Amino acid sequence: MASDGSNPQGRVLSGVHFMLGNYATAEGALAGGCDFFAGYPITPANEISERMSHRLPEVGGTFIQGEDELFSIYAVTGASLAGAKAMTATASAGFNHFQEGIGYAVAVEAPCVIVDVQRCRGENFATQADVMQMRWGTDGDYEIIVLAPSSIQELFDYTARAFNLAEEYRTPVIVMSETTISLMRERLDVPSADEIAVVNRRYTDLSPGEYKPFAAPEYGVPDFAPLGKGYNTIYSINPHDEEGSIDWDPDVYERMYDRLTGKIAKHRDVICQPRSYAVDDADIVLIAYGSEVRPALDAVEMAREDGIAAGLLKLDAVWPVPEEQIAAAMSKAKAVIAVEMNIGKYANEIERISAGRVPVHRCTKNRGIIHSPEEIYRSIKEVWK
Amino acid sequence: MSLKLYPRRESVRKDGLPHFFCPGCGCGQVLNFFLRACDELGMKTEDMTCIGGVGCAARIPIYLSTDALHGIHGRTMPWATGIKMTRPDMPVVVFAGDGDALSIGGNHFIHAARRNVDVTVIVVNNLNFAMTGGQVAPTTPLTATTMTTPYGSSEPPFDLCKMAETSGATYVSRWTTAHGIQAIRAIKTAMQHTGFSVVEIISQCPTHYGRYALGSGSPEKSVEWIKEQSIPRTRAEKMDPEETALNFVIGEFVNTQRPVFWGSTIYDGAEE
Ligand SMILES: Cc1ncc(C[n+]2csc(CCOP(=O)(O)OP(=O)(O)O)c2C)c(N)n1
Repeated sequence: MASDGSNPQGRVLSGVHFMLGNYATAEGALAGGCDFFAGYPITPANEISERMSHRLPEVGGTFIQGEDELFSIYAVTGASLAGAKAMTATASAGFNHFQEGIGYAVAVEAPCVIVDVQRCRGENFATQADVMQMRWGTDGDYEIIVLAPSSIQELFDYTARAFNLAEEYRTPVIVMSETTISLMRERLDVPSADEIAVVNRRYTDLSPGEYKPFAAPEYGVPDFAPLGKGYNTIYSINPHDEEGSIDWDPDVYERMYDRLTGKIAKHRDVICQPRSYAVDDADIVLIAYGSEVRPALDAVEMAREDGIAAGLLKLDAVWPVPEEQIAAAMSKAKAVIAVEMNIGKYANEIERISAGRVPVHRCTKNRGIIHSPEEIYRSIKEVWK
Repeated sequence: MSLKLYPRRESVRKDGLPHFFCPGCGCGQVLNFFLRACDELGMKTEDMTCIGGVGCAARIPIYLSTDALHGIHGRTMPWATGIKMTRPDMPVVVFAGDGDALSIGGNHFIHAARRNVDVTVIVVNNLNFAMTGGQVAPTTPLTATTMTTPYGSSEPPFDLCKMAETSGATYVSRWTTAHGIQAIRAIKTAMQHTGFSVVEIISQCPTHYGRYALGSGSPEKSVEWIKEQSIPRTRAEKMDPEETALNFVIGEFVNTQRPVFWGSTIYDGAEE
């Protein structure tokens, strides 16, 4: 029994729920093995922290409300290097503060999960405006994994998966949430614990004398060694060789960043699992991610009812860009429409992949409100003319 | 106390040498004090995690045979907190410059002290931003000339130990590189202490602070000056604070116990 008299619950709340998006994010994290969370209050992400403060102690984990978001991100990287599965969550203004720490986590390959519940600058309205900041926000070269859930179920599923991807690729993984889904309630099906695959931290079998902390196969990922056991690893943001020694040799630098970027970029086909709806015979292919998938799918159905062959490619990971899957989806189309809740950002990536072969139209909305299906359908009809 | 010539020499990384400290820098002395303290306590750096931020002092851990986090300016306390929560069994020691601890990292420092996180913090206070070339720091004495206060500093400095004390640190002491034996003893006490323990070591930076503020690049002159400026706490307490405003008051200021931090919420329902 906890101090408040309640019965502590287990890690995985198997069963059917009607749950708030932010709670589903927290439950997904717990199902994915999260045992450390640090956060700083910000709307519309607060319910993630609140849920974690309640739930983590129940499963033997640690919750901290830090002094700012810089605390969050560095406490998370510290906990991660010490062996924890760690997460933090914020909304856009706080995400600015994470950027510095994301660079560190990338460079020392500290697995962690970062949730950004995107909000408009200075207000809690709906947006997808941080989609580029998630990819390009910190200094230096890097690749990163960003998952874009579109529902309460996906907030749970993708957050759990984010922990696995973080371990597999030893990288920060960002869950790109939004005001829309984070503050919405919807059905959530939580499977039983044994149905949820959990990737555990991979530790070396080698002795301290044989172990090289950053030695890995080409585009692969090194094994960890526990802290304080004589492995003497330097986790420095500075350029380091396979031994972990700080080294300014240009060859070392190039080799380090070839692997850090390659380990993600070369595995984009495994990381990204976009889903297509009625794409095979579609003349017009919509491409959407996050909550915009919902009205986009409705718009595709409206178009089909009116005899317009429209389809939708729903992205799950927006970074790395699923280049081949996007190219395949547009290969037979006459036109592509990039649907986004911002001034039109990811559309640039789609244009890059199209390289002029298929016209890429933009269906953007930057008004703090999600698209209605009718608005997207109007775009389809304009392109169809 | 008899001093061994090379205490725990095996705790210095051979692949880390040559080190990058300037001739006469106090950082080497602090590294030496730390290893002597470990030696006398029978503690091995291999069993710890040592943290440096960015700066000259922050480089100390990367010359040690230890697990180390390094290369980010001012975030040593969040790192240390995250690590300690995850590995309560393992000693965590932070090495920070005064800029790292009190300028960019000042907010983290006071909150780590407030929480009483069970880590040891050794602040090497060389009175300026050394690694970046000798600019004014929050610890630079009033009127001192630095690379960014060419007409003298108009900024009153922080008293790091007072700040640590009022923020809630449970062990606080200040010594200088001219007080090796006392500094070693303080580091030993800090390492054995349960709770947030801070040892400030006033240190010479002949290359920058020496040349710009003291008018000499001689390490010896810098250390002499530090020594002259230092007065023991017991004596300072009997003096008018105005009189000691420009001095380094040395000694132990806090040595107390209170519950250490294990997360933001109390929980007694854990069924392990
Ligand atoms: C975010 C960030 N800002 C600024 C710097 C540049 N920088 C490097 S070391 C340093 C300060 C050094 O002063 P201090 O912490 O007192 O350590 P010292 O070198 O004097 O030992 C600064 C500002 C940096 N590396 N990162």
